Amino acid sequence: MRFDFTDEEKAFREEVEDFARTELPPDWDEKALYWPAGYGTFPGIEASFKDMYDELLRKLGRKGWLSLGWPKECGGMNSMTRHVILDDVMSYHRAPGGDVSTAIAAPTLALIASDEMKKEWLPRIAAGELRFWLGYSEPNAGSDLASIKTRADDDGDAFVLNGQKIWSSGAHIADYGWVLAKTDMNAPRYRGETLMLVDNRTPGITIRPIINICGIHSFNEVFFDDVRVPKKNVVGQINQGFYCVMLALQYERLFVGMGAFRRVLEELVRYVKETKRQGMTLGKDPLIRNKLAAMAIEIETLYGFYWRTAWMMDRGQAPEPEASALKLFGTELSRRLAGTAMEILGPCGQLERGSKWAPLRGLINLGYMDSISGAIGAGTSEVQRGIIATRGLGMPRK
Amino acid sequence: MDFDLTVEQKLLQESARDFLARECPRERVREFEETGEAYPPELWRKMAGLGWMGLIIPEEYGGSGGSFLDLTVLFEVMGFNICPGPLFSTVVLGALPVLAAGSEAQKKAILPAIARGERLMTMALAEPDSDGDASSIMAGATPAGDGFRLNGIKLFVPYGEHADSILWVGRTGHGENAGDGITVFVVKNGVPGIEKTGLKTLVRDRQCELLFKDVRVPKDSVLGKSDLGWPVVENTLEKASVVLCAEMIGGAQAVLEMSLRYARERVQFNHPIGSFQAIQHYLADMWMDIHGSRYLLYKAAWKISEGMEAGMEAAMAKARIGEAFRRVTLQGHQIFGGIGFTKEHDMHLYHKRSMTGDLQLGHGDVHRERVAVRLGL
Repeated sequence: MRFDFTDEEKAFREEVEDFARTELPPDWDEKALYWPAGYGTFPGIEASFKDMYDELLRKLGRKGWLSLGWPKECGGMNSMTRHVILDDVMSYHRAPGGDVSTAIAAPTLALIASDEMKKEWLPRIAAGELRFWLGYSEPNAGSDLASIKTRADDDGDAFVLNGQKIWSSGAHIADYGWVLAKTDMNAPRYRGETLMLVDNRTPGITIRPIINICGIHSFNEVFFDDVRVPKKNVVGQINQGFYCVMLALQYERLFVGMGAFRRVLEELVRYVKETKRQGMTLGKDPLIRNKLAAMAIEIETLYGFYWRTAWMMDRGQAPEPEASALKLFGTELSRRLAGTAMEILGPCGQLERGSKWAPLRGLINLGYMDSISGAIGAGTSEVQRGIIATRGLGMPRK
Repeated sequence: MDFDLTVEQKLLQESARDFLARECPRERVREFEETGEAYPPELWRKMAGLGWMGLIIPEEYGGSGGSFLDLTVLFEVMGFNICPGPLFSTVVLGALPVLAAGSEAQKKAILPAIARGERLMTMALAEPDSDGDASSIMAGATPAGDGFRLNGIKLFVPYGEHADSILWVGRTGHGENAGDGITVFVVKNGVPGIEKTGLKTLVRDRQCELLFKDVRVPKDSVLGKSDLGWPVVENTLEKASVVLCAEMIGGAQAVLEMSLRYARERVQFNHPIGSFQAIQHYLADMWMDIHGSRYLLYKAAWKISEGMEAGMEAAMAKARIGEAFRRVTLQGHQIFGGIGFTKEHDMHLYHKRSMTGDLQLGHGDVHRERVAVRLGL
């Protein structure tokens, strides 16, 4: 056992730290709203700072840092450990270290796409030029993804898409949808779906915003009306889409914004040391000390799942149920951290961003709302517990 | 990062599992709890034969020179089987401090005998008004002739009735810090003036009260330096809490495995209860709690093994794991239903230990305060 990084990995972390310090705008801390393991703010922030995001991702791409976890033959470094180190540092700064395209779609493509498709897509993704959105959920297909209704009908060299997706984060600012659709309406469950890349510019696509609980436009509804998708955009095999999505979900579960957890903890520690209530510094109150220590312990526990999942991937092991535990523990900790932080702020926790008396720039107030999303999106907590119990612990299905 | 045990550690783990499954089944644990015998002597001899007492003792003192991480692996298996006996008190509370602070003569006199399984050790620290912090230690040692005279009450001394030597922690003076003026003495059990009373604890783990009345010890019985004993105690407690965490993680793992087996076998509403989501979700939470905690445990153990400062990691582990073991056991009870609430079932063996494990060496709140200090609060 060894719970430390190699000298090369440590040097790499330093390099990423330097990058974040030099490349992020000086007032970024004021602007960044990201709450750890929340899904409700980042596409909204990205939309507000689109030029900066595009530029930042291209710079990351030029350094080869958007493809760290991909296999070497696909232009990557074959190191999920480096990928999570980068993600830890960038998320500490509440800044992007990648995108759906770089961290979810690309590693999946690397494993299952044809050589032609890899050649067509991976270099552009690695360069930070393409942004994807995930087209899985539908109004009547949430946790039960196999019951999707969006259909893709065979029409020569293309599929014709009709239907609707929902909760599509960032679809309004992305270039392509990573869309699951029915290609065989008569096939048994899980055997009639196909995954495909859909160009947002294709005629027949309508994107409608959904304003979330934070008051931010991150989610969308996406409607397909006779949208033609060339067959060369099919990811993996036709009718095998469900399994491709399961694979992609394993990568998605690493998206917990690890560094942002420790950032919030640091900010809270500083806050209680600088704040007096009823004549006493908050940081001297045993109840506050206990709460913050409890959070520190849980965050360290989450780091265990985080490093372990990456370590397993680097050894070619499927991190199941570890990745599910990472997602489950992280998103539920996100809520607990928000609740604890609000308790520590007391009445001031009610104040929204922009209020004169709002502590920590109103971040906690927003985070408390955003933290609802994590334990619901990308497979609810209940779905993750089901995966752990059945696939991990061998419990029978009914 | 490397989350794997070495080949040797895996071997140790497997052989310990096999050995204890054979030699220390749960019926044996119950028997031991009920009979009041000191410890199972034949089991102890066999464990000595496997080299467990000498695992962490260097070769020059008759041990096999293993690492603290090796010891952690062994104690996780001990906890899985809730194996009774004075291994913890002898090795962790006895051999480790002697190794860390003993004179050459003390090491030679004590360590090889421990490694052979011929000497039981313990530490006497807690007192009626203190569960082991330096400031409240009242038991005192005063110079007398060519040695010291020891007086005071010690509580919760594991195997205090049976240990051959006691590391007795007392006050020889006062200083700026609470820990100044604390001295550790090696006291031969059985010298005049020691009154021993067994304590009836939840898991009958042979803790006792030791009343010292003018116990005379020679000057060379001081372990380390006079007045400067507290760092030795602190260091021992840090390691002891990590080893206790290993036992608790092992115990929690046993509860999970028992619960998984039962969830597959027990049929209600025509289905195994393990197919019900409510039960599956309990099991998932139990697994996650154990798995997450195990990282804290092994990170602390690894740091100690490497000679690194591990105060933060040890405190995090102890704070979380005591409570995690309790959570896991309660969830296990919910899965077992009525049968788990009986004396004939094994769950109570673990349920009790989850509570006592949390209480010993500082419960969650105590260790969270240590974490808070290290966060800069």
